[in-house]
Amino acid sequence: MEISVTVNGTAHSHDVEPRTLLVHYIREQVGLTGTNIGCDTSSCGACTIHLDGQSVKSCTVLAVQADGADITTIEGLATDGELHPMQQAFMENHGLQCGYCTPGMVMAAIGLLDENPSPTEQEVRIGLEGNLCRCTGYHNIVKAVLAAASA
Amino acid sequence: MIPAAFDYVRAGSAEEAVELIGQHGEEAKFLAGGHSLLPLMRLRLAQPSVLVDIGRISDLSYIRDAGDHVAIGALTRHSEIEHSDVLAQHVPLLAHAASQVGDPQVRHRGTIGGSLAHADPASDLPATTLALGATYVAQGPGGTREIAAADFFESFLMSTLAADELLTEIRVPKMDGAGWSFQKFNRRAQDWAIVGVAAWRRNGAAGVGLVNMASTPVLATSVASALAGGASIADAAEQAAAEADPTADLNASVEYRIHLAKVLTRRALEAASA
Repeated sequence: MEISVTVNGTAHSHDVEPRTLLVHYIREQVGLTGTNIGCDTSSCGACTIHLDGQSVKSCTVLAVQADGADITTIEGLATDGELHPMQQAFMENHGLQCGYCTPGMVMAAIGLLDENPSPTEQEVRIGLEGNLCRCTGYHNIVKAVLAAASA
Repeated sequence: MIPAAFDYVRAGSAEEAVELIGQHGEEAKFLAGGHSLLPLMRLRLAQPSVLVDIGRISDLSYIRDAGDHVAIGALTRHSEIEHSDVLAQHVPLLAHAASQVGDPQVRHRGTIGGSLAHADPASDLPATTLALGATYVAQGPGGTREIAAADFFESFLMSTLAADELLTEIRVPKMDGAGWSFQKFNRRAQDWAIVGVAAWRRNGAAGVGLVNMASTPVLATSVASALAGGASIADAAEQAAAEADPTADLNASVEYRIHLAKVLTRRALEAASA
C-alpha cells in the first residue's frame, strides 16, 4: 500500500506491506537509523518518536496507520548544527552511558516537557516510565530533563 | 518481531466498518490504537487475515456531558480521558484510572474502546467502568444496542460483542461527588496490575471493581452489599474476593492475590470515605 508521511520536514512516499511496523519503515525505507529497536514488546521506549506531535512507540504502530502523519525522529531535533536543548542537557548532565536508550529517552523527554513544561523531579520520573535504561542511568537522565526544563 | 501478513482496509465511518468486518468474516479484526492487538500480532498469538482500521473515524472520538452521564466515543485515547475537564469534574475515577494505563506513549495511542473490547481482566479500564456501572453501545449490521458493563465480559479476552459488532460509545454515570480511589499494585512502572481495585462510595452506595482477579474483570458486589448493610470498611473489605476466581502466575499465587484484593479494597474504601 502506498503511504505518504512527512519525516523531519521532508515528504516521503513509499509502498509498504500493511504489516510493516513504523519503526522498520523509518529505519529501512526512510533510512533514518537513529530510532532504535529495543525490546520489540512495547515496553522499553527505545523506538519513541513523535507522531503528529505526540510521543509514541514506533514498534507498536503500523506504517499504514501513520499515512499522512507528521513524524519527528531524533535526527530532526538539531537545527543548523545546534543541538536541541534536550540533547544539550543530556550531554552536559551525562544523561547517557551506552546511548542505546538515548534517542527514545530524548524524544519521550521532549514530549514530557511539551505537556508539562515545569515538571517536578517526581513528575519527570513518572513521565519517563515508558522508557528503560539498561545502564540504569536514570539519575542523570532525570537531571538532564530538569536542566532542559529550566534552560 | 513482525506480524504475519494480513490485508488492510480502512473504514471511514462506523457503518462502513461494520460492513467491512461483515464482508471479511470471523478472521477479520478491528484495529483502533493497536496497543492491545499489535503486541499480540507481533508475537503471532493473533493472526487475523484482515485488519479493518477504524482509527480514522474521527467522529468516534469525543467526551460529552450528556446530563446524567458522560458519553465517551470508543476511539477516545487514554491520554484524552486522563486530561479531560469534563471527566475530571464528573467521573474523576475514570480520568485517574486512565492516567495509570501503561505509560505516556501507550496512552497517546491506546483507546478506551479498544481496551474494553480486548476484555483483558488485567487492564485498568474494564474493571473501572464496571465499578462505575457504565453502559457500552455497540453497532452491528442491524443497528445499535446497549450492553451493561456487568453483562459485557464473558471470559478471558472474550466479550459478548458479536464478531460483526463495533463498540462505538461508553456511557459512564456521573459520580455526583462520590469519594473514589484507584489502587494499582505492580512491581514495575508501566506494568499491568498484579491486582487493582477501583472503588467509589457515596452515602450508602458503593461500587468496587477488581483488576486481574479472575478471567474477567470482577464486580465485587459482596463488598457493596456489606457496606450497605452497615459493615465497617475493614469487615466489608474481607468480602473483596467473594466474586473473584484468581489464577496464579509468576507474579502472585492465588492466596497472595486474594490477600492483595482485600488489602487494596480496604485502602480504596478508606480513601474513598475520607
